[in-house]
Amino acid sequence: MSHRLPISKTPKCYVGGAFIRSESGRVTELNDASGTFFANIPQCTRKDLRNAVEAAAKAGPGWAKRSAFNRGQILYRLAEMMEARSIELAKAVALGGASQAQAAREVAASIERVVHYAGWADKYEQILGSVNPVASAHFNFTVTEPMGIIGVIAPDDSPLLALVSLILPAITSGNCIVVLASNTQPYPSILLGEMLATSDLPGGVVNLLTGLRSEMVPTFATHEHLRALSGAVNAEDRKTLKLGAAESVKRVRLLKAEQPIDWFADTMQGAEEIRALIEFKTTWHPVGA
Amino acid sequence: MPAAKAPTSLRRLFDEIGTVDQVGIEERVAKFTTRSLKKNSKVFGLRLAVSMVDLTTLEGKDTPGKVASLCQKALRPHDVGDIPPTAAVCVYPAMVKHARKHVGGTQVKIASVATAFPSGQAPLKTRLAEVHAAVKDGADEIDMVINRGAFLSGEFGRMQDEIAAVVEACGQATLKVILEVSELETYDNIRAASFLAMRVIRPGDFIKTSTGKTSSNATLGNNQVMLEAIRDHFLATGIPIAMKPAGGIRTAKQALHFLIAVKETLGDEWLNNRRYRFGASALLNDLVRQLEKERTGAYQAPWNFSEATEGY
Repeated sequence: MSHRLPISKTPKCYVGGAFIRSESGRVTELNDASGTFFANIPQCTRKDLRNAVEAAAKAGPGWAKRSAFNRGQILYRLAEMMEARSIELAKAVALGGASQAQAAREVAASIERVVHYAGWADKYEQILGSVNPVASAHFNFTVTEPMGIIGVIAPDDSPLLALVSLILPAITSGNCIVVLASNTQPYPSILLGEMLATSDLPGGVVNLLTGLRSEMVPTFATHEHLRALSGAVNAEDRKTLKLGAAESVKRVRLLKAEQPIDWFADTMQGAEEIRALIEFKTTWHPVGA
Repeated sequence: MPAAKAPTSLRRLFDEIGTVDQVGIEERVAKFTTRSLKKNSKVFGLRLAVSMVDLTTLEGKDTPGKVASLCQKALRPHDVGDIPPTAAVCVYPAMVKHARKHVGGTQVKIASVATAFPSGQAPLKTRLAEVHAAVKDGADEIDMVINRGAFLSGEFGRMQDEIAAVVEACGQATLKVILEVSELETYDNIRAASFLAMRVIRPGDFIKTSTGKTSSNATLGNNQVMLEAIRDHFLATGIPIAMKPAGGIRTAKQALHFLIAVKETLGDEWLNNRRYRFGASALLNDLVRQLEKERTGAYQAPWNFSEATEGY
């Protein structure tokens, strides 16, 4: 058995709970840091984005209706799946040139970030919702609701930690998302898709696409079904996204990818990140005078 | 029911009109879904499909109010963009007079299902009375169901006599003969029933796939069998028969596949709403949504269009 033929994996995108190739049939060659060919990564198109949005639309109502506690359980399960394959994840992160130690640190931080939001799932409502004093015979209270479908665009740096840091606050509150992974280091997103698939997360809640930023960003900007855009992108893409978002009236929350972002920082996680991607609903409930 | 085991009357008919190559048909229609339609030709196809829709409501809970909104939607499918009205509204006979108030005198026609839709299991006298009543109330088109029981037991004479009686009862109204393909079971039977119907209806009358009330409805396969029957009948007699697939066509992409089948089987003469229709209720929303996408260049959200807000 010493001369076993290598069994190499075909990387596929996780969309609608299934593993797909791009409808275009195109791929991009991915090389490791030394320039050796590693794998062919799907080069998704705007039509793949459209299909992913349809998949997210199907999953949306079901995910939003899950109890907060159940969403937390499922997110924790995702951390368990990542922990079990953390060595593989570290290798994927190291493909881009990071040292073994750096990669292991990024994977550990990513798993902890997932656990962090798993904890928030049944707690953010208490922090962000409120009972409001009013000068009439009403019980007035504010609760949070998910926005719907959110477009997420991950930066090239910290390909796993940045991805996880952008995905988790969006889905913790019951949103569904369509994600464009790192352009230069897409492989961690392929692995993350495999872990999402085994984490009890309903198919379609997270849809992970890989592909050329220049082809996908304009469609993220104009797609009317997306209710918000979240990510870290360069100045040119920020302009495109903001113009499109103005036309289709969506919320925009974009970090500057051209400046260094410390994704490890504690300020990159928390209830404020969840608050950025929810809607508030205030109810006036009549009470006896 | 394989042709060899069919009743004598059916076997004799197959000797005359030929049977259907099932594998061949399915390979042929699979090809229709591979055509690439872009830009202008796509917009042309979508607009054509809108103008071919028989916008349908056939439910026990139909009310005059619901029919009124259906009629307004048929007249003006969307508030922006230059989108044509649909070909017709399709309602139950009791709703014809309500539809007439809204679309009477416009280019949108009133189609009414009749003849004990969807089963057809009522005495002929009752079925004809229903046709008379619908025509009297102002129906421009009558959608009848064939007597599947008569067809399956080989009583072709009876089946054709009944169609002929309905043709007479229609007067000026156009007739659409529903074969209910899912209950005919084989492509051979669909071809046979198409020919039997086409021999007794008038030029410009329709044959129609299904009621939309059974498990399986219009598919590219049974649509193709009927289109080829129309083609063979036309080549033999010179009589043009129109076609209406109904039920199960929900997306704009499906509608374009059906139009490609028409274009490549019957040609441009059939690419208008006098010769081809879609019986559908949800299809119009997706056609309008795709036309808006072509007009604005942005993928549209479902909540900007009537119905189908479940994705929100």
